[in-house]
Amino acid sequence: MLRTPVRRPGRRPDPQRAAGWSGPTGRRRPGLTAGWFAGAVAAVVLSALAGLAFGPASLPPLAVAAELLNLLPGVDLDSGLNDRQVAIVTQLRLPRVVLALLVGGMLALAGGCYQGVFRNPLADPHLLGVAAGAGLAVTAVIALRSGTGVLTGLPVTVPLAAFVGALGAVALTYLLGTGAAGPDRSTATLILAGVAVSAFLAAGQTYLLQRHVDTIREVYSWLLGRLATDGWHEVRLVLPYAVIAAVVVLAHRRELDVLSVGDEEAASLGLHPQRSRYLLLAAASLGTAAAVSVSGLIGFVGLIVPHLVRLVAGSSYRVILPLSMLLGGAFLTVTDVVARTVAAPAEIPIGVVTAFFGAPFFVLVLRTTRRTVAL
Amino acid sequence: MSRSHPLRAALLRTAVVATAAALALTGCGQAGDGSGGPDDAQPGVSPETAASYPVTVGDLTLEVRPERIVALSPTATEMLFAIGAGDQVAAVDDNSNFPAEAPTTDLSGFTPNVEAIAGYEPDLVVLSGDTNEVVAGLTRLSIPVYLAGAAVTLDDTYRQITELGVLTGHPEAAADLVDTMRSDIDKLVADVARPAEPLSYYYELDPTLYTVTSDTFVGSLFTMVGLTNVADPADPSGEAGGYPQLSAEALIDADPDLIFLADSKCCQQNAQTVAQRAGWSTITAVQAGQVVELDDDVASRWGPRVVDLVRAIVDAVDAAAAS
Repeated sequence: MLRTPVRRPGRRPDPQRAAGWSGPTGRRRPGLTAGWFAGAVAAVVLSALAGLAFGPASLPPLAVAAELLNLLPGVDLDSGLNDRQVAIVTQLRLPRVVLALLVGGMLALAGGCYQGVFRNPLADPHLLGVAAGAGLAVTAVIALRSGTGVLTGLPVTVPLAAFVGALGAVALTYLLGTGAAGPDRSTATLILAGVAVSAFLAAGQTYLLQRHVDTIREVYSWLLGRLATDGWHEVRLVLPYAVIAAVVVLAHRRELDVLSVGDEEAASLGLHPQRSRYLLLAAASLGTAAAVSVSGLIGFVGLIVPHLVRLVAGSSYRVILPLSMLLGGAFLTVTDVVARTVAAPAEIPIGVVTAFFGAPFFVLVLRTTRRTVAL
Repeated sequence: MSRSHPLRAALLRTAVVATAAALALTGCGQAGDGSGGPDDAQPGVSPETAASYPVTVGDLTLEVRPERIVALSPTATEMLFAIGAGDQVAAVDDNSNFPAEAPTTDLSGFTPNVEAIAGYEPDLVVLSGDTNEVVAGLTRLSIPVYLAGAAVTLDDTYRQITELGVLTGHPEAAADLVDTMRSDIDKLVADVARPAEPLSYYYELDPTLYTVTSDTFVGSLFTMVGLTNVADPADPSGEAGGYPQLSAEALIDADPDLIFLADSKCCQQNAQTVAQRAGWSTITAVQAGQVVELDDDVASRWGPRVVDLVRAIVDAVDAAAAS
């Protein structure tokens, strides 16, 4: 199913594949790329404004704008909102929009990075066991907390458990995938190790859940993904890791282009293909783990946004990665507005919205662009 | 905890009835020929001796009084002990933590296992739901099963108590328990403060803001005492099963007068933790100190202790109306 090419010693990489979906197909005019970047930044700004203006509580957009300006030092406008409404804007919507931008950007960036490293169109940020590891750890914490009281008084929170679980799973995948493969350490082995680790951890999670069915609602709520914020708490948790991951991945985005041509060519250009790969994977996994720890398992963003970017803006990772990050954030911010308004005052899991609206949109773009995706 | 616990009230009534029956018997023996003995007495006889088998409830017929009952729902356990059938209970599931003398085992009511249940050699199994094909499995082993599913209305509770009374040979104690519950709740509902402007409430199932609408059993109790539910617009048609998940923004915007926490034990929530959530300090209920910590177990079961739950709600409404 996973079509990652296994390197065969002594044979040159298939040039057609290298030049296909993942290779840089021709140079794009700089003006066009700048246009895409301006568009992506505009999408971020517009989605953020939408996220601030719309919600289950109907507040006049102008009053919301006045209240946001009041956050600037020296500004004191009368927005006409009462204390409760002010709290909704400044303590609920604002942190939530920022979190959506961070999580969406992180997932899309990590997804694009994984696709490049593995040269596999099905790669998404959960490929190496992040989802299963975080899921098992979160289930364990919730079950132990409510069932036994073992964790009472300990600072073991759901985000911490998810973060540790996600990174633990990736580390396990790495150990198994590289240790078994011997000198010819291919990315395909790593993917298969990820599949095995995911299946193993998911089985553990299912077993735990069966033993503690009373916790199923809370676990389920987390599994489906939810951008629930408690003030700036979640933003503060995810921000440092997101910054580190984004800086490392973006700094190495040129190397992804070189890697896509083939390891031998990359080595001849003075790169260390394997070292670059693992550095990129480590950074992307760190960012994904941080995103998952505060938002649960939000699918689709990390898989589809990079493809969307690839369809419309070319196939060089120098362009794909930063654009994916911006548009991923904008996409998740807009879907979050849908998640909290469409069934208001109830909230629907954002993971449902991302796929329900994102998939048809992606198919639409897929069918209307002339560009073929040589997957 | 409660001043007139249903169990105690029921036992008291049983004792009164038994004494009256004994007096009547004495009088009867003096006036009549005395040869008939207790068997002649028809009305007012102690329920322990009155029950005659076979008994039938729906499709279920018991030939003899069950003496090894397995109860796989905490509510069923509470009902059985409250009607005086506790001595006949051989095993209860791992979540049945009330009353303390209930013989808790590691049997699961959520994922029941036919073999594990059969290991207790039950002559009656009480379940709240048919998962894992457990009913078919037990029936195949000729073990009688009574399904006491989650109640939708108080009448479901009363019916289940009555039917369990018939099945276990305690019909009068069950009838007395139902009468006591009915009158206790009626009195509480009649006496509760009813402000001109109805008070609104939010009922928290867990900290991720899962809640109930008025369509649920617990929601109907709040409707009874005149409260309006802020979550009702979230599931007007009942499609979400009456258990929607609210967004924090919608909740703060709805500004409930009262907050009831049914996650005080599971998730250690209380008035302080609620007040610390972002933006929640602006809610009327938080500002007025009307955040009520309920006992998770009492709040999630539809058994005899529903009276305690109604009392807790009424006390909170009275306090809110007085302030």
